[in-house]
Amino acid sequence: MKELLKSIKITLILCVFLSISYISILWLVARFATSNNGNAEIIAIDNKIVGVANIAQEFKDPRYFMSRPSCAGSGYDATSSGGSNKAPANKEYLAIVEKRILAILKTHPYLERDDIPADLVTASGSGLDPDISIEGALIQSKRIAEARNVSENSVIRIINETVEKPYLGLLGPIKVNVLKLNIALDTAQK
Amino acid sequence: MNTEFLGIATQFVLTVALSYPLGKYIAKVYKGEKTILDFLKPAETIMFKLSGINPELEMNWKRFLKALLILNLFWFIWGFALLMTQGILPLNPDGNISQSLDLAFNTSISFLVNCNLQHYSGESGLTYFTQLFVVMLFQFVTAATGMAALAGFMKAFGEKTSKTIGNFYKYFILSITRILLPLSLLVGIILIIQGVPMTFEGKIHISTLEGSHQVISQGPTAAIVAIKQLGTNGGGFFGANSSHPLENPTYISNFVENISILLIPMAMVFAFGFFTGKKKLAFTIFSVMLSAFIIVTSISVYQEYSGNPKLESMSISQSHGAMEGKEVRIGTVATAYWGISTTATSNGSVNGMHDSMMPLSNMVQMLNMQVNTWFGGVGVGFLNYFTFIIIAVFISGLMVGRTPEFLGKKIEAKEIKIASFIALLHPFIILAPTAIALYLLLNTSGNNWLGNEGYHGFSEILYEFTSSAANNGSGMEGLNDNNTFWNISTAIILVAGRYIPIIGQVALGGLLAEKQYTSDSKGTLKTDTATFATLTFVIIMIIAALAFFPAQVLSTIAEHLSL
Repeated sequence: MKELLKSIKITLILCVFLSISYISILWLVARFATSNNGNAEIIAIDNKIVGVANIAQEFKDPRYFMSRPSCAGSGYDATSSGGSNKAPANKEYLAIVEKRILAILKTHPYLERDDIPADLVTASGSGLDPDISIEGALIQSKRIAEARNVSENSVIRIINETVEKPYLGLLGPIKVNVLKLNIALDTAQK
Repeated sequence: MNTEFLGIATQFVLTVALSYPLGKYIAKVYKGEKTILDFLKPAETIMFKLSGINPELEMNWKRFLKALLILNLFWFIWGFALLMTQGILPLNPDGNISQSLDLAFNTSISFLVNCNLQHYSGESGLTYFTQLFVVMLFQFVTAATGMAALAGFMKAFGEKTSKTIGNFYKYFILSITRILLPLSLLVGIILIIQGVPMTFEGKIHISTLEGSHQVISQGPTAAIVAIKQLGTNGGGFFGANSSHPLENPTYISNFVENISILLIPMAMVFAFGFFTGKKKLAFTIFSVMLSAFIIVTSISVYQEYSGNPKLESMSISQSHGAMEGKEVRIGTVATAYWGISTTATSNGSVNGMHDSMMPLSNMVQMLNMQVNTWFGGVGVGFLNYFTFIIIAVFISGLMVGRTPEFLGKKIEAKEIKIASFIALLHPFIILAPTAIALYLLLNTSGNNWLGNEGYHGFSEILYEFTSSAANNGSGMEGLNDNNTFWNISTAIILVAGRYIPIIGQVALGGLLAEKQYTSDSKGTLKTDTATFATLTFVIIMIIAALAFFPAQVLSTIAEHLSL
């Protein structure tokens, strides 16, 4: 019984020490040391919030780069993150991938199958992956140039300006943030 | 060189390099020697005073265990009560509901045993209140419980003959104030700078570039992610865990989180060496663990980077590897490396979906948890390795015809019985429930559990029980596990997989501490040699890995061969 009383007391003390003090310190750091008060990084255009930099959005318009497929909720649902959880050889899953490949070939008639990088036809782990591979961006440039009536080179230039290199040029993959890329497209045409 | 490979090589070297000084520091903390954080002493004194604890009181192993178990029992009630009523408690800006009886039972136990198996989704299954006062609190205190158990154990071997193994409460509080809390603050600040949210403002509503409506969950994520990684907890703030771009936004955040997963479990091996003065033994143990770690990492990285053969035959380009369930900013190589780190250490957080990984990756991930001692959970991983040492000492004693001895203590029937029991318990509590689940699946109707058919479906079941028994907490999430059978069965396995080994191992330490110390003689079997290390490794493979071989053949290996 005496031990139980000690347990109760120590737990309550740790609640104050950890659940309140530790949290408060980090909360204050976030509030004063970051530009967005500890919230997710928001992107606004003309004072209108158009997205969170790190969260994928769905893009169907041919004038925009498409994001990776999403299995979060009913698609790109940032309140219910998650992947497909399909096994590599699941037949149902392979049929879905085939459908995605055909859809891309239809909207990009100039492509061969082996031009298509895997990230554009597979769902990410979170369903909210904001990035695509640089190959995934480059294969879309011709379609976007046609839809926007601009030269393909100008689209490729925007990709090269937006692409994020490995950290210090040494660590990790190369990627392109789709939302930032699409905003850059819009800005260039204004 | 490929930047994805360079990324994990750098991480790996940095983690090993950091774990050495940290181990030295941890040994000092438990020994009560001078450290740079001594200014915290007044705060600790107040904590002990207020809770009526005398930190200088020496405990024998029975008393030590009693304190540990009563504290854990109280936490269970605390977690269960709060989760059942979270809907009406404060800090619930999104109006989430209370958990059902069996789900609250499972969640409370799962966090209590440092496992963090999650049968709900973080965004809607918890409130900010329960995230902080149950989940995050438990992530600190249960990690500290494991560390305190190891500290008592080290004390048992630090002295020649001793009736006592230190004070549980003292080790427990020091683990929090001197080790977990400072490191969590450091990691938390780095994560905040990298863009992990730390806010109480609730969901963000936006109108996207194409004009559709999107709602984005956020919260005090940075604080929880820091301790979830450092304390080998793994319970995510969001459903998708560390694959979520707000929980792990950049390659650098991934880098820091992955180091945090391995850091303390690695440091604990060195801490044992510094505490007991048996540095060579610690190095030998570390080398065995590290070699095993490198082998399994190579297998998984190769599998993921080579891509999915089924997609290969659809002739698309897989130059970056198998991307299903993985994130572009992290890449396949770092995801495979994380998959090994998280299963080797009983952490259980994921940065990519294990259900969509290649079968041989699943094989080594499960193997890590089935062996459960390549670094292992904070504190408890080393204790598991020790169990195998006892068995190795016994077997080699038999081979050379000498009384088995370890660090000057005779190993006798009682110790062998405890060690064998713990070693055999692990396969039993994984394979028996797997068999029961398969029986129910095949012979009763309406159990729509599996997300995938065939061999892979078997893997999902085996993985879930393996993860529960190893107190890991990762899952193949295709398994539909938020229902009565899975909530109750995994909860039982979680408790058995956590407390029986801890009780046995602390008892082993206590029993050996009481024994007469005999100094080394010519006939003493040296335990810090490469030969003995190899023998231990072989015994681990025979006892732990071989027991699971038939099940692995029917699940992951069969799936690999059918690809």
